Amino acid sequence: MRFAIELRGADKCYESRHAGGEPYEALLNFNLEIIEGEFFCLLGPTGCGKSTVMNIVAGFENPTNGLALNFDKPILGPSADRGMVFQSDVALFPWLTVENNVAFGLRLKGIDEEVIKFIVEENLDLVGLMAHRGKFPRELSGGMKQRVQIARALANNPSILLMDEPFAALDAQTRRLMQEELSRLWALNKKTVLFITHDIGEAIWLADRIGVMTRGPRASVKEIFTVNLPKPRSNMTSEFVNLYNLLNDSISAESKAMMNE
Amino acid sequence: MNKILRYFSNLWQRSNLLYLALCAFTFGGWQLAASFTIPILLPPPVDVGRAFLQGLIDGSLLLHVGISYYRILVGWAIGSAIAIPIAILAGRVPLIRFLLDPYIEFFRFIPPIAFVTLFMIWFGLGEFSKITLIVYTAFFTTFLSTMTGAMSVEKERIRAAQCLGASPRQVFFRVIIPATVPHIIIGIRLALGLSFMTVIAAEFIAAQSGIGYLIFNSRLFAQTDNVFVGIITLGLMGFSANWLLKITISRIAYRYDIKL
Repeated sequence: MRFAIELRGADKCYESRHAGGEPYEALLNFNLEIIEGEFFCLLGPTGCGKSTVMNIVAGFENPTNGLALNFDKPILGPSADRGMVFQSDVALFPWLTVENNVAFGLRLKGIDEEVIKFIVEENLDLVGLMAHRGKFPRELSGGMKQRVQIARALANNPSILLMDEPFAALDAQTRRLMQEELSRLWALNKKTVLFITHDIGEAIWLADRIGVMTRGPRASVKEIFTVNLPKPRSNMTSEFVNLYNLLNDSISAESKAMMNE
Repeated sequence: MNKILRYFSNLWQRSNLLYLALCAFTFGGWQLAASFTIPILLPPPVDVGRAFLQGLIDGSLLLHVGISYYRILVGWAIGSAIAIPIAILAGRVPLIRFLLDPYIEFFRFIPPIAFVTLFMIWFGLGEFSKITLIVYTAFFTTFLSTMTGAMSVEKERIRAAQCLGASPRQVFFRVIIPATVPHIIIGIRLALGLSFMTVIAAEFIAAQSGIGYLIFNSRLFAQTDNVFVGIITLGLMGFSANWLLKITISRIAYRYDIKL
């Protein structure tokens, strides 16, 4: 068993933007292990520091203290080895067509155009966007844009896929559809995924394990739940509901405490 | 060429009647207004048309148009070409922005016309001083728009490229520059308009040719009809220059979502 991502005693402290202001301790002694090949969901109330964790794993930010490892190698900056799907479709390049967006990472590597074409088509096919390959992102619906982001990240064949609330901006129906899509994709290639969300249902639909975070500041992982439900998960079974209630209790304890502070 | 012809024929078919009516209204009103006063104040369209034709026949009008166009286009192209790379760098590198900011903030409020005499003293009465003035004009407008664009490239877009393996150099050439293109286009279009204003002012004061010279010189000899010829020609020049620029931009407009 190998760890795709390991955070060991990671602290993250932000200096105050105003002179003389208090520094903000977002994370304190944060520990996280993501096993190779698993779908891991990080679940937490708004403002708990989920995005800080993601920024550290992606390499956009360094932890103030502690270790951040990707297959035992320290994370020093963003890398093609850790693909990312962002919440906002701003992350797409609006001046490139769908297929050129997907080809972006491959072109950076200077791969042969014929190989690029093959990989791009393979991934567009995977997310069902072959018919829209020549369109610009602004011509697509919200769900389709997120598919482009997923295809673009997968085309690079990263060792782990990071997803930062990728479906949060979609309407409820599209979101459910995208969750099923993602489950199907994951079943195909069993790529390691770190998925961040505040949506409990989403976490249960998708994850092998769910890490619930404590409220911020000084956030850490509160408890980890293993989701022992057979995949694909298409109906809410009684186990689903039981787990939902457990997670809900765990999170609302944090939210309530935050409101009382 | 086909595209240009099609553009004209579409325009013509859709709006020829309306345009004809507008022309009739304009020239009719002008002729009527002229009949209430003397030609030296308001020459009737017929007189202006005659002066226009005469200028065309003896070649002097085309010469003025040519030289003004030359000053505008050369100055504008150089000014924009200098501004764009510096502005992109200033937008992305805080140190460069910090160093340039005081100069930019100071000089942008000084209209180019204020420099006409100084540039004449420095660069002489020839083409160089006038072109330098246009360069100055085009530079600031293009610079400010481009820098704003380069500064406002979304963080997510840059991060997305980094996660796909882009080096800082690749981020610059493949994300920052394309993301700034719409702002560059806005800048150079505004700069072109301002270059027209500046060239006229420069030619008023220090030139023996050009549309500005034509207007100013005709005033000295009370040739109001020729003043009108100059003004109308100027309008047509601006119209055609803008139209040519639009045609050029239209190739990339859809890709960069630029409204023309």
